[in-house]
Amino acid sequence: MIPELGNFALILAFCLSIVLGTLPIIGAARDNTLWMSLARPLTAGVFVFLSISLVILGYSFVTDDFSVQFVANHSNTNLPLQYKITAVWGGHEGSFLFWTWMLGGWMLAVAIFSKSVPEEFIARVLGVMGLICVGYTLFMLATSNPFDRVLPLPPADGADLNAALQDFAFIVHPPSLYMGYVGFSVVFAFAVAALLSGRLDAAWARWCRPWANAAWAILTLGLSLGSWWAYYELGWGGWWAWDPVENPPLITWLLGAAMIHSLAATEKRGVFKSWTVLLAIMAFASSLLGTFITRSGLLTSVHAFATDPTRGVYILGFLGLIVGGSLLLYAIRAPILKSEFGFGNWSREVFLLANNLILVVASAAILLGTLYPMVYQAVSGGDLISVGPPYFNTIFVPLMGILVVLLGIGPVARWKRTSREYLRQQLTRVAIAAVVLGVAIPVLLTMSVPLGTIGVCVLALWIMFSMLRDVASKVANKPSLMAGLKSLPVSYWGMQLAHFGFVMTMAGACLTSIYSIERSVLLQAGQQADLGRYTFVFEGTRPVQGPNYIADEGTIRVLREGEFLRTLHPQKQLYTASNTPATHMGIDGRFLRDLFVTLGDPRDNGAWSMTLYVKPFVRWIWLGTIFIAFGGILAVTDKRYRRYKVSKQAAADEQPAEARLAGEH
Amino acid sequence: MKPHRRKKLGIILFIATGLSVAIGLSLYALSSNIDLFFTPSQVAAGEVTPGQRIRVGGMVKEGSVEHNQEDLQVRFIATDYSHDVDIYYSGILPDLFREGQGIVVEGAMGADGTFIASRVLAKHDENYMSPEVKAAMDAAELQRSMTQGGT
Repeated sequence: MIPELGNFALILAFCLSIVLGTLPIIGAARDNTLWMSLARPLTAGVFVFLSISLVILGYSFVTDDFSVQFVANHSNTNLPLQYKITAVWGGHEGSFLFWTWMLGGWMLAVAIFSKSVPEEFIARVLGVMGLICVGYTLFMLATSNPFDRVLPLPPADGADLNAALQDFAFIVHPPSLYMGYVGFSVVFAFAVAALLSGRLDAAWARWCRPWANAAWAILTLGLSLGSWWAYYELGWGGWWAWDPVENPPLITWLLGAAMIHSLAATEKRGVFKSWTVLLAIMAFASSLLGTFITRSGLLTSVHAFATDPTRGVYILGFLGLIVGGSLLLYAIRAPILKSEFGFGNWSREVFLLANNLILVVASAAILLGTLYPMVYQAVSGGDLISVGPPYFNTIFVPLMGILVVLLGIGPVARWKRTSREYLRQQLTRVAIAAVVLGVAIPVLLTMSVPLGTIGVCVLALWIMFSMLRDVASKVANKPSLMAGLKSLPVSYWGMQLAHFGFVMTMAGACLTSIYSIERSVLLQAGQQADLGRYTFVFEGTRPVQGPNYIADEGTIRVLREGEFLRTLHPQKQLYTASNTPATHMGIDGRFLRDLFVTLGDPRDNGAWSMTLYVKPFVRWIWLGTIFIAFGGILAVTDKRYRRYKVSKQAAADEQPAEARLAGEH
Repeated sequence: MKPHRRKKLGIILFIATGLSVAIGLSLYALSSNIDLFFTPSQVAAGEVTPGQRIRVGGMVKEGSVEHNQEDLQVRFIATDYSHDVDIYYSGILPDLFREGQGIVVEGAMGADGTFIASRVLAKHDENYMSPEVKAAMDAAELQRSMTQGGT
């Protein structure tokens, strides 16, 4: 009975979103205040019913209601409680309900936190999101209902949650990834609302920017958590595999990064308007494409959900409808979005344009590599191919290199017009210092000429010094250093922090690729193996009993240059309900390096195969993304997004935006 | 031409050049980095050039896995039930590698007809089979039913 209530709530949410997707938009077009004012209450209604639905699915998991197909497939009586709850997003149907609920959450947030935005505009935004919600709920009801029953004979026990998912990261990675992913639909809705109303000015950019920043920052965390999880759960030492399902969020992330930079120019200078709108549409389309790839089973991937062609067809249709519709609207309305200001050759606008070009090219190249196997199969009549990581690295690494070089100049350049003389004066010494120290430090530390490391050091120092130079010249004519630092807006610090994080992530990724070493060995108890400066001594294994698994736990003492460092305990687990083996690495993580061991399998004579890893700087990758995300969130809290009560005419807003230019980045 | 027109043209040319260079490089990188997929039957039919990097998918034949007791070398047979391929691999097999399970190996054919694998991919879990393995299985199934029908 209870699951039927969940299904019923889902149907109600579907019906309410149909109303939300139509009446407020029509009301806004006809200036019907009553219809427009329905948007907020309807949004609340959709969110409430989606929440009821989600809670009921969670309840079915907690109470082990295996008559529900989805619960029977993804849970088990012995599953620990936290995984029973999170198993809600452990499979296709439930995760889609969770995804849709996230959309409801963002809609509610827009309804609550956009009090200063005109009623007519917010009605359009919520209406567009309502239409997206119609698509999602209909998809669930028609092809993948999480409340479907196995009647009349429900199984006595569930098939258990995939062993690889029974991990802390599974509790946090999908929610943050989904939240970031779905957040892009807010920006998309703002863009479509702008096209519908023909209103796209600095005020629009200011309403939109916090949402774009927030969604992007959360997506950053989601991606990073996924990478971290893959690293320590799958245990083969990789943190990014260019897997067809990892790529779409990265594409969305890159397009999102391009969009928040282009939005900055739109807010501050009124330029790149139609480009910003196009990026918002593309970012959202790429998020739908990601959904399509994950849930259609078209591509080989560790993430692929069970195959069902009807789902793929549905999502592809939805994707076509949304993207086709919004591009059509764009084609009709974009010509009226005139950019207002010109800009000079070395202005910040030009650097932002270059940033956008690089990010869009990078995402296009990744998209090409991701979809190529599918296209090839269709064209060649069934031949299967795969595109390997070398392709992606060949394209991605040089592009990011150029991006980092420009990142040292862009923030220093001024809006509208920057003299070359000014840039030279600001950056000559920075460049010299970066090159000299960037070459000297690695050469002195390693007593050799490691070219890759030198490149990384020069680029990283280039950014660091250019940031310091920028802060220094901004506080130079203030009465004191503290007063100067305080006068810089929060969003400026957010930008610097995010840029710092980006460089840290890039540096970590490059350095760990250069310096990581690994070795697979077969050891008997008492034997040891060397790797780099470290010695791993295998002490043997003992059996261990977990809540829903049994395991062999190895004991490995690690010595550094003969001195005891610590003991690692890797496990080889067997999840009993599904009879699935899994590995659990023994890890020693430090700021400058990770050491870890994964167990392979035992031989008849008691020896174990195992792989030893030393991965310097690998933690920087994830640490950097925390800075990026924190910088993004910091920018959202800038008080200028709350200060202005917006009036109907845009002209009044342009004035303060102009006036603030002098003080800000 | 008016100055702002010229600037606009400059920007467009800049973007167009950037994009075409990027696309050209992408396609070049793509052409040298794709791995073709073969079934054991295709391998047996001699469609594979030794040394070329490819992927082969099939089932691990029951009873065919031979671990070397001294080191990490392992040999097994991948089959689509009509033809077999001998696989050689040195390293640790993935968690879900089991006899009678679908796998994909990445590597190249050696001169003696043994496939030297540089990577072994097992399907992710019970429910999810990679489309490549599934395609190989379907082809094998079809072949088997045809030969049985013929005798």
